[in-house]
Amino acid sequence: MHDTSVHAAAHHGPPTTFLRKHVFSQDHKVIGKQYYALALVAAYVGMFLSWLMRIHLAWTNAAIPGLQLLSQSGAPGGVMTPELYLQLLTMHGTIMVFFVLTTAPFAAFGNYFLPIQVGAEDMPFPRFNMMSFWVTFTAFLFLMASFFVGDGPSLGGWTQYAPLNAVGSVGGPGQGSGVVLWAISIALFCVGQLLGSLNFITTTLDLRVKGMSLMRLPLTAWAWFITSCMGLTAFAVLMPACILVILDHVAGTSFFVPSGTVMNDQILPHSGGSTLLWQHLFWFFGHPEVYIAIVPGLGIVSHILLANMRRQMLSQRVLIYSMGALAILSYIVYGHHMFVSGMNPFSSLVFSFPTLVITIPSTIVVLIWTFSLYGSRLRINSASLFALGFISMFVSGGVSGFFLAQPSLDIMLHATYFVVGHFHLVMGVAAMFGIFAGTYFWFPKMAGRMMNETLGKIHFWLSFVGAYCVFMPFHYLGMAGNVRRYATFVDDFLQPLIPVHRFITIAALITGFAQLIFLFNLIYSHFRGPIASQNPWEATSLEWSTPTPVPWNNFDKHPVVYHDPYQYGVKSSVGDYVMQASPEQVETEHDEK
Amino acid sequence: MSQADLTMEGHPAAAPMSGPIFSIPSKKFAMWLFIIADTMTFSACLFAYGFLRNGAPNWPRPFHSITNVAIMTFILLTSSLTMLIGVRASRAGDKPKAFLWIMVTAVLGIVFALLHIREWMGLIGEGMTMFKNPWGTGLFGSAFFSITGLHLTHVVSGVIALLAVGLRYRTGRYNADDIEVVGLYWHFVDLVWMFVVPLVYLLNLNH
Repeated sequence: MHDTSVHAAAHHGPPTTFLRKHVFSQDHKVIGKQYYALALVAAYVGMFLSWLMRIHLAWTNAAIPGLQLLSQSGAPGGVMTPELYLQLLTMHGTIMVFFVLTTAPFAAFGNYFLPIQVGAEDMPFPRFNMMSFWVTFTAFLFLMASFFVGDGPSLGGWTQYAPLNAVGSVGGPGQGSGVVLWAISIALFCVGQLLGSLNFITTTLDLRVKGMSLMRLPLTAWAWFITSCMGLTAFAVLMPACILVILDHVAGTSFFVPSGTVMNDQILPHSGGSTLLWQHLFWFFGHPEVYIAIVPGLGIVSHILLANMRRQMLSQRVLIYSMGALAILSYIVYGHHMFVSGMNPFSSLVFSFPTLVITIPSTIVVLIWTFSLYGSRLRINSASLFALGFISMFVSGGVSGFFLAQPSLDIMLHATYFVVGHFHLVMGVAAMFGIFAGTYFWFPKMAGRMMNETLGKIHFWLSFVGAYCVFMPFHYLGMAGNVRRYATFVDDFLQPLIPVHRFITIAALITGFAQLIFLFNLIYSHFRGPIASQNPWEATSLEWSTPTPVPWNNFDKHPVVYHDPYQYGVKSSVGDYVMQASPEQVETEHDEK
Repeated sequence: MSQADLTMEGHPAAAPMSGPIFSIPSKKFAMWLFIIADTMTFSACLFAYGFLRNGAPNWPRPFHSITNVAIMTFILLTSSLTMLIGVRASRAGDKPKAFLWIMVTAVLGIVFALLHIREWMGLIGEGMTMFKNPWGTGLFGSAFFSITGLHLTHVVSGVIALLAVGLRYRTGRYNADDIEVVGLYWHFVDLVWMFVVPLVYLLNLNH
């Protein structure tokens, strides 16, 4: 392993030109930062789109100043049309799921810290790594281009259900060029993530430094490894599915459109396709994707809690096994997205069972966290607060999963705001909190400066309370029968719910502004924050035994690992912890082999 | 860390583990991972094909003989054998022999591709396209051209890889490990064909 990592780094010397250093860099740290920047831009774009949607939902006929600049036909006089609403919804979902929740916790932090945490100089295939980012970036450009090409982005939502995704412009504005751009973007994104996953897996297994056995890997490294195993197999299914959609548009095939489909008073020429086929292919990717978004968060939160509660996890091994179980189960539960799609009801039963089973490893993870936290003197800082917030969101969002997992209840709740509330809490906000926690925790290493703690805590409390104010009422709306993806609520029974929508919109605007505090903190601290020491959190894993800023090849000399990753609460010459790379012998509670 | 070094005498705190668990070169490992991902891609395509075929009431069975596909299969299987000889020779350090057999493999790949294109042209001549054919649902053409097209793309990329790696192996830029990696890919392409033949050809044979 030692030799391989030297060999890997030998592929590229320290870059000298600006282009090689900061743009087309093959350094995993630069690529990690590039991914982070991409996710940051995407997150604010996605958030802005959600604001527009929320304002429209609460004040249906209100003109939003400047909206006609975004789409001339979609907002005559600044009032959003239903089509534009759906286009914004599609873009919000696609941007957030792919370009934020996948890129930030997995590709950004993973790229930066996985090689350092295993003690490698870089990933084994730096050129692939560089391609991974630039392909993903191109994918983002393709997606954003749909705002400016033809009649705008697609209407189909991030799931792009068939047959709407394959019928072309007869399906509405954006169903022609918008869908094709969407499919090209996502197919490219899949290629980018496949290249990334390839690098992640080989880094974890091949480039570990001397002494770094699998059980000595930090939980973050485990989480990224498990995620990349999912990424490797899930994105490889979505990619051909996207290509089939493109073929339906450009080659005249009819994979996803059944015979005799009538749309907008036209009989379509397609014949023989299946709408369910798309759902099978999409959700076989889609459910693992949910865990691709959340598992890195599980790792990051564990990593941060451990450093702040200054004691060992109840059982690190069980935590790793639970993450692995989540990954495996995530492939056999995908049918729960299709309970009411016309799939055989017996299949619903079959898919319902593993869906309920998957709550077991999730619960185990939460129990390990809570029991480890119980009685510990947790250091309260922005990072640990967001880690606690993650647990809160994960539990709150997870509980509604029990209801949705049952086909009989799902018949009523499906496609209502109940589902929207569920997934926003459990994978959206929770994963976001994981990203925030990771940012506050690792910023000193990535930028060499500390972030402002006061602003961080204000950011946390506004986000925490705000997220609950936004997403908890969604459950209530859903049970009251409020269907999702409706641009306006003109039905009588929905009228009394509009005040709730107004409350949510105001909460969303405030929570959104709180994110600007974070952005300010991030940019300000990057230039003006106090200089960070090598190990400001007194943490143990390898990223903290390398100098700040991290040198080009990560380590001045190859570290040797002597300890489990989280030796907190011990007596050593430096305090109550011992670094993984320190040869010092200490009395430990237990040393898992 | 350095202060810890000073305090220690004798053995370190915990014995560093010996030897990696996966002592497999990264390139070879990455190829295996690529094969896993590609298996998922082909599985998705074959699943889609089966799903559509089951749902279609008028699925055509246009193939009358297995002669052509049998010859193609024979050629591809033979190419796996020649690849094996090439890999063995490269491992034994016999450069000229290894190069020769890699080139033979590439030529067999080209012959396979040409036969495949000839077959395509024949079907197109009979009126089959991506979206219609004279025998039944147009999905047959969609599925057939997509799946065999995907495989043909793999064969063509494999031929290019064989030529590139083979030539660079001869000049000394690549070594026997690289030959083995490209060999892994070639065997995979061969293996996929073994799934395509029964599912796409034999199931659609007109008795």
